[in-house]
Amino acid sequence: MRRLPWARTVFWLYVATLMLPILWMFGMSIRPNEDILGSFSLIPERVTFDNYATFFGETSWYSSYLNSIIYTSLNAVMSLIVALPAAYAFSRFRFAGDKHLFFWLLTNRMAPPAVFLLPFFQIYQSVGLFDTHLGVAIAHMLFNVPLAVWILEGFMSGIPREIDETAAIDGYSLPRFFIRIFLPMIRSAIGVTAFFCFMFSWVELLIARTITSVNAKPIAASMTRTVSAAGVDWGLLATAGVLTIVPGAIVIWFVRNYIAKGFAMGRV
Amino acid sequence: MTDQTTVAQSPAGAAEPAPPPAKGAKDTRVDARPKNNRAWWLVLPVVVSVAFTAVIPLMTVVNYSVQDVFSPSERIFVGLEWFREIARDPEVRGAFVRTLLFSAQVLLIEIPLGVAIAVAMPRRGVSVSVALVLVALPLLIPWNVVGTIWQIFARGDIGLGGWAINNVLGVNFNYTLDSTDAWLTVLVMDVWHWTPLVALLAYAGLRSIPQPYFQAAQIDGASAWATFRHIQLPRLRGVLTIAILLRFMDSFMIYTEPFVVTGGGPGNATSFLSILLSKIAVGQFDLGPAGAFSLLYFLFVQVLCYVFFTVLTKSGR
Repeated sequence: MRRLPWARTVFWLYVATLMLPILWMFGMSIRPNEDILGSFSLIPERVTFDNYATFFGETSWYSSYLNSIIYTSLNAVMSLIVALPAAYAFSRFRFAGDKHLFFWLLTNRMAPPAVFLLPFFQIYQSVGLFDTHLGVAIAHMLFNVPLAVWILEGFMSGIPREIDETAAIDGYSLPRFFIRIFLPMIRSAIGVTAFFCFMFSWVELLIARTITSVNAKPIAASMTRTVSAAGVDWGLLATAGVLTIVPGAIVIWFVRNYIAKGFAMGRV
Repeated sequence: MTDQTTVAQSPAGAAEPAPPPAKGAKDTRVDARPKNNRAWWLVLPVVVSVAFTAVIPLMTVVNYSVQDVFSPSERIFVGLEWFREIARDPEVRGAFVRTLLFSAQVLLIEIPLGVAIAVAMPRRGVSVSVALVLVALPLLIPWNVVGTIWQIFARGDIGLGGWAINNVLGVNFNYTLDSTDAWLTVLVMDVWHWTPLVALLAYAGLRSIPQPYFQAAQIDGASAWATFRHIQLPRLRGVLTIAILLRFMDSFMIYTEPFVVTGGGPGNATSFLSILLSKIAVGQFDLGPAGAFSLLYFLFVQVLCYVFFTVLTKSGR
């Protein structure tokens, strides 16, 4: 397809602008604090990895990093397990109240998270899910399950129903067909959905912070610790910030090929 | 086993983008699905999980909203009193107008910008992967880290952005003191953070347009603009509907990023609805008003989303 001659230049300029704040934060994470606050310079005058050493030297830092990874992965798996059969039902059958149910699911994606803070705090405490990885993973299903159903339904509707019928004639039961044939066919859809679940759970802080205290505390909540009576530890704050970007960058590298292909098939 | 191989061949075909359905084709697909109420068993897990994460908490909120809670044992039923109070509260109204204005600006900037970026994105080669990963990167950053990045970047003394505005452009810029600067910082931050989502969605939409469309346009001698206006843009309706809905919802519920950068200030210049709500709910622990506030907030988002959705999907037919 045709592209304007200067499109390439403009695009890479945009990407450079996009990277600038991130690179700046990275630059800050490898400077000593005196240099950050002392004199302004584009390139760090002295490079130090002390902040990174501090981060990985303290249990409370890297354990909260692990916490985030655990509940995020758990959430992605649980959301997919719950959403897959539902998306299949929505794409293949008509049943009483299906349209209303579909829209109702989506409305939960529209709920401002601040609305749920108080009840979440009380409910999760009373059922013993407070400050557990499972608790956060379940709480994040609030916005990930509707999204997963929505994306998967779009993908599944793109697959002709004749395949289901052929498999039924060949003697496949529904569960066996679903696991042996259907799931491998929508691999890319599952990849894209898992990516979105991971993304939304990884970036969410408000709910995760509200229903955790120590054992399942997310990395993002630990970052508030850098503010002390002595002021903000900018170097350590920037270091934690840089490290929270890494898992996302890795995940997106793996699903990069699915994104364009997958998006186009699905409803998203 | 032979059956399996015949079926197993089809994934290759299924991986291709589905051919674009003709107008009205969607309805015939809906009708072709068999009616089967046992499908409810398949959606049951979703209903149960959403009931636990959404319905029960929401009922608790409804419960708060009609009561004056002094302590767990002392509560008085007050009916719709809190709703009236919240709807009349000048602070809530101020935050409402501010949030609406913010969402409008976000949509007006991010949607056209995102489409433009998608059009300019590379189409083949290694640069596609690199472009996708780099463009998507801001989306994978935890929201409070986004706030932290901009808190640092926009500062006049230690941040490149703030420093450049103050010393290169010579404009006095300080987002902690000046309300316009604070607003602009939050707006630029949101554009930086979320335009990539619109760009990725639009890019996926563009990729799904079959090549013959462009060849036909080329034969007709259509200009780049005409190709965009009459071939690409109409094809983007579906993805743009989603982009607009998602961007509206999320910008209207924005909390973490402005909370980290400005904390709602200076004064109440960037105090959006969610910031005000969490101040009432968690800060002051006023359960009744917070409950009523939550419900009105939720209702408004839903109604507006429904209007957007209806307008966007109906206008093209």
